[in-house]
Amino acid sequence: MSDLEHFRQQTRAWLEENCPESMRQPVKGFEDYYNGGRRPQITHPDQKIWCDRMAARGWTVPHWPTEYSGGGLDSEQVKVLNEEMARIGARRALDSFGISMLGPALLHFGSEEQKLEHLPRIVRGEIRWCQGYSEPNAGSDLASLATKAEDRGDHYVINGQKVWTSYADKADWIFCLVRTDNSGSKHEGISFVLFDMDQPGVTVRPIRLISGSSPFCETFFDNAIAEKKNLIGEAGNGWTIAKYLLTHEREMISGFGAAPKKSVGQLAVESMGTDTSGRLANPVLRQTIAQYQLDTLVFAATMARVGDEAKAGQGLGAASSIFKYYGTELNKRRNELNLAVGGECALGWEGQEYRGGATSRDWLRSKGNSIEGGTSEVQLNIIAKRVLGLPDA
Amino acid sequence: MALVLNEEQVMLKDSAAGFLAQKATVTHLRALRDSGNERGFSDDVWRDMAQMGWAGIAIPETFGGLGYGYTGLGLVLEQAGRNLSASPLQSTVLVAATVIGELGSAQQQEQLLAAIAAGETLVSLALQEGPHHAPLDTVLSAVAQADDYILNGVKVLVLDASAAHTFIVIARTSGERGTERGLSAFLVDARAAGLTVERRSLVDSRSVGALVLENVRVPATHLLGVPGDAWGGLNRALDIANIGLAAELLGLSLEVFERTVAYLKERKQFGRVIGSFQGLQHRAAELFAELELARSIVLQALHTIDNGERDLSLVASAAKAKLCEVAQRATNEAIQMHGGIGMTDEYEIGFFIKRARVAQHTFGDYNYHLDRFARLSGF
Repeated sequence: MSDLEHFRQQTRAWLEENCPESMRQPVKGFEDYYNGGRRPQITHPDQKIWCDRMAARGWTVPHWPTEYSGGGLDSEQVKVLNEEMARIGARRALDSFGISMLGPALLHFGSEEQKLEHLPRIVRGEIRWCQGYSEPNAGSDLASLATKAEDRGDHYVINGQKVWTSYADKADWIFCLVRTDNSGSKHEGISFVLFDMDQPGVTVRPIRLISGSSPFCETFFDNAIAEKKNLIGEAGNGWTIAKYLLTHEREMISGFGAAPKKSVGQLAVESMGTDTSGRLANPVLRQTIAQYQLDTLVFAATMARVGDEAKAGQGLGAASSIFKYYGTELNKRRNELNLAVGGECALGWEGQEYRGGATSRDWLRSKGNSIEGGTSEVQLNIIAKRVLGLPDA
Repeated sequence: MALVLNEEQVMLKDSAAGFLAQKATVTHLRALRDSGNERGFSDDVWRDMAQMGWAGIAIPETFGGLGYGYTGLGLVLEQAGRNLSASPLQSTVLVAATVIGELGSAQQQEQLLAAIAAGETLVSLALQEGPHHAPLDTVLSAVAQADDYILNGVKVLVLDASAAHTFIVIARTSGERGTERGLSAFLVDARAAGLTVERRSLVDSRSVGALVLENVRVPATHLLGVPGDAWGGLNRALDIANIGLAAELLGLSLEVFERTVAYLKERKQFGRVIGSFQGLQHRAAELFAELELARSIVLQALHTIDNGERDLSLVASAAKAKLCEVAQRATNEAIQMHGGIGMTDEYEIGFFIKRARVAQHTFGDYNYHLDRFARLSGF
């Protein structure tokens, strides 16, 4: 038996024994994902048990090195683990910004001491993280951020405001972009610091979106303290880390429009019927849907091509620069079509007959996809300047 | 098959790019146009192409071809699109050889494909009868008479009509207009009695013609396949032809876009290069995104042919519809962003928009293929 097959057998046996039955059921909604933290939000007591068991093997983050309490698995083994989990319908044990965002940045830019301090707690789901990037006056122009960090020897004193801090009301720590220096260009003087949210100088206020409730918050700092040992990279070098992380975030957001089971065209035929030639009864809507489905197919081919090019060692080509822009614009088109196809049923806001307004809330929420993580216009600027080499104004 | 080119394909692409950029450029096309060349392409260039094996690039090695598949042919067509290279690559290599491969008997394939691969003969499909691509509306009639068929009717948009030695004429041996059954394919000699070839001048300066058939007598042995049963093979060949045209349109669109971006970096107005204006930058960036999508669907479609996958028609219509859309946008933006100079015949951009529209129209335009894509998608 090959080593990998052996690993599969062991993994299968371990999962059979350790994955609680309740964690083999599909999640019912966002609230069913387990995010850990000091005050974990729990919909079932098995969530914590499952997370603890997986974390003990480092399998909440299977590809991180074992010295930071990760699973130390290579990509083949990670694939086997995912396959074996999928086989029994096991949920991911832990979802967090620590895993998806801060972790990769720490592995890349953090000191050994910082990695040892923070990564194991992410693996174990002990600390829940949030991201402090945007400010009221620093949205698309993120580099003009003004939250000030004053150097007081062994610590910084932080004053200012962040906005769109997802789950700040539930998070324990924040990774935050602050200004440590005002003398140079706006891209210089930005630093990347970590600090505890549980202190008197930090206030959090949830934001309600047009789609109803949301994970977003406003976060205020009034003489908040960040220890200097939690400065990642050099002071003034935070922009490099910020850009690195934004790339991760954009990849995540561009995947939001993943194809649902039924095509819009099929849904439209079910709800509106066809003419005698079998074509959707309304030719205007039919054309709009056809254009959307064509672009969806062609976009999927592009994701596949870029993936294949990367696997073939050709690196991440220029095509990847279009993902965030195109993926989010497609998702907005899909949501508009859901409204057109659903009619009155899609406009419901509350009540079981409208599935709690799922269609209309998704539609409204999709408008944010082309704003968060860099607007479509910023993405087009990036393509124009970095890919096409067009000059600044 | 991964959506990347292998080493052999990269070499083929590079050598095609090198040859065409030297021997069959827009300058050459302009010279052919201005000299009123009847054949519409240079025989010397075609001889060179045939010597490199391009005449049989997608033809299996058993018939004397290179056996590079349609992915190989697509790469050459893409480069032909970049250079607007005039040659029988479309008429004979892409379309006619494919129809013969789909419909012909073993003996017909052996004879004709070998002759095509050797560059010895030119064959062209005569299908369209009205102003639009509507293959099922074929009414050109073929009536059996002893061991022959008598053909009567008219064909238009026959590629390389002046140069072709043989035409594959799609005719109706039975059935009503609009139906699949009853369509038949005949090999008709270009010198057949009763056949008139009229040269037609289209906007792209490429050679096309109309055929008038008046009691043309064709022996039954010149039928490609079973009488009345040509639709399946013809439909498949048209899918492949449209994917080939999509590859040509991809090369054309990439070239026209690169020339336009270069111009944006060079042309100055209001004291700065116009490429620094965001109004133009965003349009260029959006077009770049569309072109990246176009690259992907063309490669996927070419692989779909070579892998023998079942959803060929859907992918073919997706590829052609997308490339029609992108080529139209790329060429329109090219003219607009070049401004006045783009309107002059002296500048080359105009040649690209002209060829684009003819290639878009050939075997079904955006409207035809988006409608077909929707039907094949079940709505």
